[in-house]
Amino acid sequence: MKWNRILDISFSRTPSIYINMKLTLKVWRQKNSKAKGELESYQVEASEHMSFLEMMDVLNEQLIVEKKSPIAFDHDCREGICGSCSMTINGSPHGPQTGTTTCQLHMRKFKDGDTIVVEPWRSGVFPVVRDLTVDRSAFDRIIQSGGYISVNTGQAPDGNAIPIEKDLASNAFDAAACIGCGACVAACPNGSAMLFTAAKVSHLNQLPQGEVEKTRRTASMVAQMDKEGFGMCSNVGACEAECPKEISIEHIARMNRDYVASIFGGRKS
Amino acid sequence: MSWITNFFSSSIGRKVIMSLTGLFLITFLIVHLIGNLQLIAGDGGEAFNQYAYFMTTNPLIKFVSIGLYTMILLHALLGFVIYFKNKSAKGGKPTARNKADVKWASKNMALLGTLILFFLIVHMGDFWFKMKFTDTIPLVTYDGWEPIKNLYQQVTITFDNPLFVVSYVFSMVVLGFHLWHGFGSGFQTLGLNHSKYNGIIDGIGKFLAVVLPIGYAIIPLYYYFVMR
Repeated sequence: MKWNRILDISFSRTPSIYINMKLTLKVWRQKNSKAKGELESYQVEASEHMSFLEMMDVLNEQLIVEKKSPIAFDHDCREGICGSCSMTINGSPHGPQTGTTTCQLHMRKFKDGDTIVVEPWRSGVFPVVRDLTVDRSAFDRIIQSGGYISVNTGQAPDGNAIPIEKDLASNAFDAAACIGCGACVAACPNGSAMLFTAAKVSHLNQLPQGEVEKTRRTASMVAQMDKEGFGMCSNVGACEAECPKEISIEHIARMNRDYVASIFGGRKS
Repeated sequence: MSWITNFFSSSIGRKVIMSLTGLFLITFLIVHLIGNLQLIAGDGGEAFNQYAYFMTTNPLIKFVSIGLYTMILLHALLGFVIYFKNKSAKGGKPTARNKADVKWASKNMALLGTLILFFLIVHMGDFWFKMKFTDTIPLVTYDGWEPIKNLYQQVTITFDNPLFVVSYVFSMVVLGFHLWHGFGSGFQTLGLNHSKYNGIIDGIGKFLAVVLPIGYAIIPLYYYFVMR
């Protein structure tokens, strides 16, 4: 036993008594969007109670102590609602646990001695900024093209002024659960952003406040999605399987319906 | 008219064309199988030859067949466009393999489709081309008929060759996988997805994906193993 273990002095924030896993990490390192990246191997000691991001923090502290450049990765709320974390873990966006973001994935889902491959989102439309961080601003531009409702500012309207059927509200809410993380794009073999766009379209189009701009919204959001260069949906269903919010591809079908309606109806142009 | 070109160049527009042509081709597969099953009627090919004569001379069928060729070409060409566009959209492939629980066929529609296209070229070269554009097929005369081409005999000659039998049966397996994904996917693209009828669509799709290829594969197998 090492002296620091006996005295419980740790170089990381985790008391060494909890350390019960030795892992090999193969992490994608890439200096910038133009550089050619590659997988690099690291050894890290972790606790089963750590989240995946906490384990990455431990590795980064280790790298800093060794005077190496820490691994860049996106993170913010660390409670599964912001959509910042974006790691492809062993080929799965957000890792092996279904319906979970990387920050809510815990190391107990892995075994002592495991080798874990960590990569950024893979998509031609999400260029790697550095290491595991990708540029997801294409999603922002899709939202800007129609992911909103137009209302006059003023006092907040009464919540019960417009009655909405429960089933409809629930279905719209299921779509609204999308955190825009981009796991659908990363999971899709076609690099398609249909699940993301459909979730936003379906959320707003189903509700009375959003229905008034339904035609224009659907047409312009799909047009922006195509302009960004995302692939075409071939109904593989990998997006639905990997989505941390478990959004169904039935929303894609709804967007398809609304899109066809917007083309054959809608304005004359 | 820019809305039309917009529709055809949009991602969803392309997929809608893909699904409409695909579903039309499935109806063709059903009709074609029913017609071809006359090959194993055991009447020496009389019913089949008369049916083949009707199918190649009736003006309405000729008109419909132009539509069919267009659908096949559109489905195949658009398939290639979608494949290459998607490949570039995906950029680099992940190093580790994604293990999401999806159908193998769903991820390999382009490969399956290319194999089917290759089969179609061989198949149409065997029968359709020889029937329509050459005089290599011998004539046969039935009571009350002018002499007509004996396509039945051509089928016997082709399926005498084990290489053709194996490649036909293999192609039908490929077709089965293509339909396993294709039928349901076509409805999803058209926006026909509802918990009320999803099960029915899925059931019909799987039924067709199994029954159609088996129905077609029976013909070469029957010729090679039973009739020889």
